[in-house]
Amino acid sequence: MANKKAFHKKESRSKPLPAETDTLTEISKVIEQKHNTGSKKVEICLIVISLLFLFVMLLLPLLVVVISALKDGFTAYMNAVTDSYTIKALTLTILATVIAVVINTVFGIFAAWTISKYHFRGKQFLVSLIDIPFAISPVIAGLIFILTFGNIGWAKGLADLLGTKIVFAVPGVVIATIFVTFPFISREILPVLNAQGKDEEEAAALMGASGFKIFRKITFPHIKWALLYGIILCSARAMGEFGAVSVLSGRLRGKTTTLPLHVEILYNEFNTTAAFAVSSILVILAVLILIARNIVEYKKKQ
Amino acid sequence: MQQQIVKVKNKKGIHVIPGFSLSMGVTITLLGLIVLIPLASIALTASKLSPMEFFKIVTDKQVVSGYIVSLSCALIAALVNSVFGVILAWVLVRYDFPCKRIVDGMIELPFALPTAVAGIALTSLYVDKGWIGGIFAQAGIEIAYTSIGITIAMIFIGIPFVVRSIQPVLEKLDNEYEEAAAILGASRRRIFFKVIFPEIFPAMLTGFGLALARGIGEYGSVVFIAGNIPLKTQIAPLLIVSKLEQYKYADATAIALILLIISFLILLLINIIQVRTSKYTNS
Amino acid sequence: MKGILSKKLLALSVTGLVLGASIFTGCGNNTEEGTAGEAKKVEITNVSYDPTREFYAAYNEEFKKYWKEEKGEDVEIVASHGGSGSQARSVIEGNEADVVTLALARDITAIENEGLIESGWIDQFEHNSSPYTSTIVFLVRKGNEKGIKDWGDLVKDGVGVITPNPKTSGGACWNFLAAWAYADKEFNGDEAKIKDFVTKLYKNVLVLDSGARGSTSTFVENGQGDVLLAWENEAFLTLKEKPNEYEMITPSISILAEPSVAVVDSVAKERGTEEVASAYLEYLYSDAAQKLIGENFYRPTNETILKDFSKTFNLNMNMVTINDFGGWDKAYNDYFNDGAIFDQIYTAPAQ
Repeated sequence: MANKKAFHKKESRSKPLPAETDTLTEISKVIEQKHNTGSKKVEICLIVISLLFLFVMLLLPLLVVVISALKDGFTAYMNAVTDSYTIKALTLTILATVIAVVINTVFGIFAAWTISKYHFRGKQFLVSLIDIPFAISPVIAGLIFILTFGNIGWAKGLADLLGTKIVFAVPGVVIATIFVTFPFISREILPVLNAQGKDEEEAAALMGASGFKIFRKITFPHIKWALLYGIILCSARAMGEFGAVSVLSGRLRGKTTTLPLHVEILYNEFNTTAAFAVSSILVILAVLILIARNIVEYKKKQ
Repeated sequence: MQQQIVKVKNKKGIHVIPGFSLSMGVTITLLGLIVLIPLASIALTASKLSPMEFFKIVTDKQVVSGYIVSLSCALIAALVNSVFGVILAWVLVRYDFPCKRIVDGMIELPFALPTAVAGIALTSLYVDKGWIGGIFAQAGIEIAYTSIGITIAMIFIGIPFVVRSIQPVLEKLDNEYEEAAAILGASRRRIFFKVIFPEIFPAMLTGFGLALARGIGEYGSVVFIAGNIPLKTQIAPLLIVSKLEQYKYADATAIALILLIISFLILLLINIIQVRTSKYTNS
Repeated sequence: MKGILSKKLLALSVTGLVLGASIFTGCGNNTEEGTAGEAKKVEITNVSYDPTREFYAAYNEEFKKYWKEEKGEDVEIVASHGGSGSQARSVIEGNEADVVTLALARDITAIENEGLIESGWIDQFEHNSSPYTSTIVFLVRKGNEKGIKDWGDLVKDGVGVITPNPKTSGGACWNFLAAWAYADKEFNGDEAKIKDFVTKLYKNVLVLDSGARGSTSTFVENGQGDVLLAWENEAFLTLKEKPNEYEMITPSISILAEPSVAVVDSVAKERGTEEVASAYLEYLYSDAAQKLIGENFYRPTNETILKDFSKTFNLNMNMVTINDFGGWDKAYNDYFNDGAIFDQIYTAPAQ
């Protein structure tokens, strides 16, 4: 397939003869005209459908959050957002997110590379195993670490041996975050690598390039964007994760509460406005990630 | 010529690209540490039950109905997401319109918003006195506290999976095929279904599977919009919580184990189909 | 360009690993500090249930002052709030709480059963170790169009009831038992009739939320149902926020909900915080604390202070206690266990 592509590219780059050029441009003009009339309608139609769907499914819930957050005025909003517990929760959320993204990026690249570039038995089984954290109910995702490292867990001795608390402490929060976002990056890269095939890498290998060099020079440019999407998805999900973290954190206010936990605690004590105000921080963080992505994309165009 | 040599070597299982053992090693180690070892605890805890007890718990009337509610709603939600996911990804990759960047960035929102907040916001929108629910209530359709509500919450949490699975593939897809097909006189619909769709189908399938699996296990957002009435709108994860509330760890893990196996089989099936289809399109 | 991106990624991953390593070691340091620590500072963790946050935030300040005067020691109180049952579970699973202040004695007994709390905790403090109590009341919309006055009105056709599920919210067990107590009196203990009454009541339940807070928002924010069965203190919180939209109705009979407190002996011993932990709970019975309790809409157990709040609370309610049901173990087994009466309401074939 890649071969075919390369062939196409070469052909399109090679200059057509002057006589052919005229006929070619004419043909393409006709095609364009024919398609533009039909495609404009389709285009508008699809854009409207998309915007409508997004408006109903995403924008309206977001509006509810924003309206509720500002219900008691801007001062109340600022008070909730600058509360010392909120700041601590924000710090912990960012810490957990950064660690989760880094570890999952390393894993994601290795896993996607292994799966797409080599032949081995049980490949589909491995892919499905990697997907498991998606398939696990968040309720259970936290519980499995409790059943492993908690007081009732079989590996409790191991945690004691390390001399650190894992569950109901910051490491537990981090581990839960890594777990729920574990497959994201490999999942994003994999379809791209599969679509790309491995002929280019194999050719490079036959020419004697090292594995790392092949990755850097051939594979990486292909997966750059998928990796970026993966990182964005992973960080968004890591920031917003509630279920698994809530089981492992122990909800020690100011110590192991992440932003989503803080939101829930505020909500449960009938402090609705503050709860939505704190949720809006998460929305703002998501927007910041979006801006960062746009900057990277802009630089690419330059 | 070289190509053929490679193919032959591959069939014999010789890896042409160096670094197999390193990358496989890293993959397996991390997977084992973070996923498999903790996961073994579920099986370990559930194994405290005798087979009879296990069977009795997982075939309880309420539990079975919980599985059905979770599965059927997640299935519908994943289907809806697949359709809209393809459209959204297509629009975002191929078309230009005002505020496209913002729209593009919104896709991740369901992940960033804590599930409970999403659930609360969706419920207030879809109750019979809410902005959207009010419109449907006039037509006699109730959304919140019914299985439609559960499905909507699952659609919400699943959108990013489908869109973001398809988007990178579409971006990589060369226009040349379509152009070639257009020059050969194929209609737009034909081009889409014969040229583009087979390319994005594996990615769509992945997104579908992930959205489905996530929907089956979802708790936080669904629990607010579901009526939670036993045998009607009670989802399976809620039953796990209910078992834990009774300090019955083994029972809870038994229900979870079945849920996990269902999801795992769905994902495995999809991965296998995906390989078949991508082999088909690649050859 | 590619080079830069990959270098950035590499740098990012290195920073991440360093960060990761530093929290793991960092946490080790923290615990060392905690045990060695300076002599003048002590930290205790109070694992509590959901809507007690505001009360304990105020009480902690009060107690800090008291302890400083008494012992000259600074005390830092780490608070944890969540559903009562899941909070109890977290302590069992290793959440190091010095004291637990939960919604029902059953949750503390569960911790005791794991050997973390010594038996006899219930007699360690006055009033069954319940420094404050509450009860189950009705919250209706202003005007009370359906004319709801007592439990009997809840089973009428067309009355929409909102209450949480006792199987996912321990606190909601009180709601069920209060209804049972009414029917028990009404039908002179005729079990079939009582069951029929309770079944009818739960058939009128429109939404069975997983927790008390969820039920409140279903009723208040989302406008579902005609009556909310709620803890008195939570009903007051809603009234405080929206005084013109809701009315509180106190039924003829209800149940005395007794949230319990206990020192988690194993943790307190290990940390050497037994003294301050006991004092923390003991001081809940002081006049100052009892007043705070009343101000936060819990009923003080100190009779004289309770009378000061007679304008707030209806003190003439007829109340049963959990002992009328034979204690938590029996009550839970009879009503809420899998396949017990609550499950039968939904799984029994419709007549």
